[in-house]
Amino acid sequence: MTVAQAKPKDLPVGANLPFIYREYSAERLKQALHKMYLIRQFEEGAEESYMRGLIHGTMHLSIGQEASAMGICMPLTNDDQITSTHRGHGHCIAKGAEVSRMFAEFFGKTTGYCGGLGGSMHIADVSTGNLGANGIVGGGIPIAVGAALTAKRLKSDRVVISFFGDGANNEGAFHEALNMASLWKLPVIFVCENNGYGMSTSMARSTAVPNVADRAAAYSMPGVIVDGNVLSDVAEASHEAVRRARAGEGPTLIESKTYRYRGHSKSDRNRYRTKEEIEDWMTNRDPIVRYENELMEFGIIDKAGVEAIREAVAKEIADGIEFAKASPSPEIRDLERYVYTETV
Amino acid sequence: MDQAVRELSYAQAIQEAMAIAMETDERVFLMGEDIGVYGGAFQVTGDLVERFGADRVIDTPISELGGAGVAVGAAVTGLRPIFEFQFSDFATLAMEQIVNQAAKMRYMLGGAVSVPVVMRFPAGSGTGAAAQHSQSLEAWLGHVPGLKVIQPATPYDAKGMLLAAVADPDPVMIFEHKLLYKTKGPVPEGYYTVPIGKAAIRREGRDLTIVATSIMVHKALEAAKTLEAEGIDVEVVDLRTIRPMDKETVIESVKKTSRLLCVYEGVKTLGVGAEVSAMIAESEAFDFLDAPIVRLGGAETPIPYNPDLEKATVPQVPDILAAARSLAMGGR
Repeated sequence: MTVAQAKPKDLPVGANLPFIYREYSAERLKQALHKMYLIRQFEEGAEESYMRGLIHGTMHLSIGQEASAMGICMPLTNDDQITSTHRGHGHCIAKGAEVSRMFAEFFGKTTGYCGGLGGSMHIADVSTGNLGANGIVGGGIPIAVGAALTAKRLKSDRVVISFFGDGANNEGAFHEALNMASLWKLPVIFVCENNGYGMSTSMARSTAVPNVADRAAAYSMPGVIVDGNVLSDVAEASHEAVRRARAGEGPTLIESKTYRYRGHSKSDRNRYRTKEEIEDWMTNRDPIVRYENELMEFGIIDKAGVEAIREAVAKEIADGIEFAKASPSPEIRDLERYVYTETV
Repeated sequence: MDQAVRELSYAQAIQEAMAIAMETDERVFLMGEDIGVYGGAFQVTGDLVERFGADRVIDTPISELGGAGVAVGAAVTGLRPIFEFQFSDFATLAMEQIVNQAAKMRYMLGGAVSVPVVMRFPAGSGTGAAAQHSQSLEAWLGHVPGLKVIQPATPYDAKGMLLAAVADPDPVMIFEHKLLYKTKGPVPEGYYTVPIGKAAIRREGRDLTIVATSIMVHKALEAAKTLEAEGIDVEVVDLRTIRPMDKETVIESVKKTSRLLCVYEGVKTLGVGAEVSAMIAESEAFDFLDAPIVRLGGAETPIPYNPDLEKATVPQVPDILAAARSLAMGGR
């Protein structure tokens, strides 16, 4: 459980500050900005590497959704677990993975988190509690419930987060999993990152309720809607859901309303939404700009501080790509190595 | 080891295996539909809920996909779930979790995790339950790398292979023929395992090899007795595991007898017998064959309701006798 640390200095006493400014130290708040930049620049670095032919296959970028991944993960410890989605790079970084090993995975190298066998769609880092992205929409949701069942049976303090998109809320797995989690009061939090579109199909065209969170009522759990581009709002909802879960009060469904700037995947021609819509989100609601301005307004960081973070992140990204390039590829003779567990 | 041997039914043997697994390993628990106070649709879990409590014998909602996913998630994070499908046909509702998740998770994550889940599937025809409760879908799952797929034919194997499955670090799918549940056989008390991936020679013979699975092993043995009186000496190989298949035992047997008959209940086309036949055709045993390989499998139809039609859908003893006689007489 995250412990409230020293409050940022020089803030007006009694000011009605957003949640995270009351909960976290200035240092943690700056780290959060660092990670959000890390996610954004990682995605840009992956996109560029793809364009240059260093990464093959496809990928689903989460640019624009950084506050959602970061905010949800703020109250988590390394022992807590997540399951993630095809758009899972941000979750992986927010949970604590190293970008060098993520790049190495995307480059198909042995030093990657999955030894080059999983790629973007199966990125995972079990050591920091990420049980994996998933190529199947909704596939990770029941798995998260199973992980929460383990946590409860072992009487651990662990909570499990299941990230998924708005598209997954129409999969049967979503409904079956939420029902069981609520029935058994498991320490799991369902986080729907609603970016408006399941590939090209909008919420309005796919979903019979206006909000995914409305569906929580059917499973007798709280359904919370947050602005997924406001870090503090996301983190506050996550804190409350984590508190509930650890206290044995059962699951929560959080709907984090956000937006992806890029297309669904590399094949997307953006024919289902307008340039104006994309522009509006990018210029008026960018999660990093909003958070950065807030930090400067509250005097937690200055322009030079922001610049230092951006430079440090840029170096981390460049180093990560170099590490990936220099790493060895798997041997074809090892093709079958991880199909089954080797027993000695 | 001195373990008293009793006569138990196939269902009792499975129940005993699950009880031993739960007694010896805190991580083991059962999940499934109506496996608690009801005791399971085929009374395999019986009164285990009274011995181990509802926390370890968990009744799930009717949610095969979600339930299978919960079992996978629990397995990946340190527990040892045994998930019962009420009928193997309902695997169709959970194929996503079985095929995309359980089978591939270890591979996709580069060996970072194992998925020690056991799934049990009451399978097969003969109960008058018609097309959606009588299928033999083991070949579907046998087609998926990452899964292990077994079909124990005797109470002894049912117990020993289930205990081997629970101890196995990878996902093991157990197909249990429903007509076997009440059959009896010798079963030792206590813990023992029967290895996954090893076939058993149930009867030695010189003239003809019958490779059979599950209930067909018993039909093959019955046929072999009749054939013995006719001077045809049949070897019966119980395949026991369809993935990974014990090629060596089958190849050695065919090299000895020079004739192969495959008998299995699943639909003939693209089924277990197709794989066994192809495996022999590709092996050194091919040169020993004195006649074309023959397959007896399920008909190319859904399982019908009418009892006579239902019987006609899957190989019966007279079918095996006819095929074996013809095969034994044919040759070059």
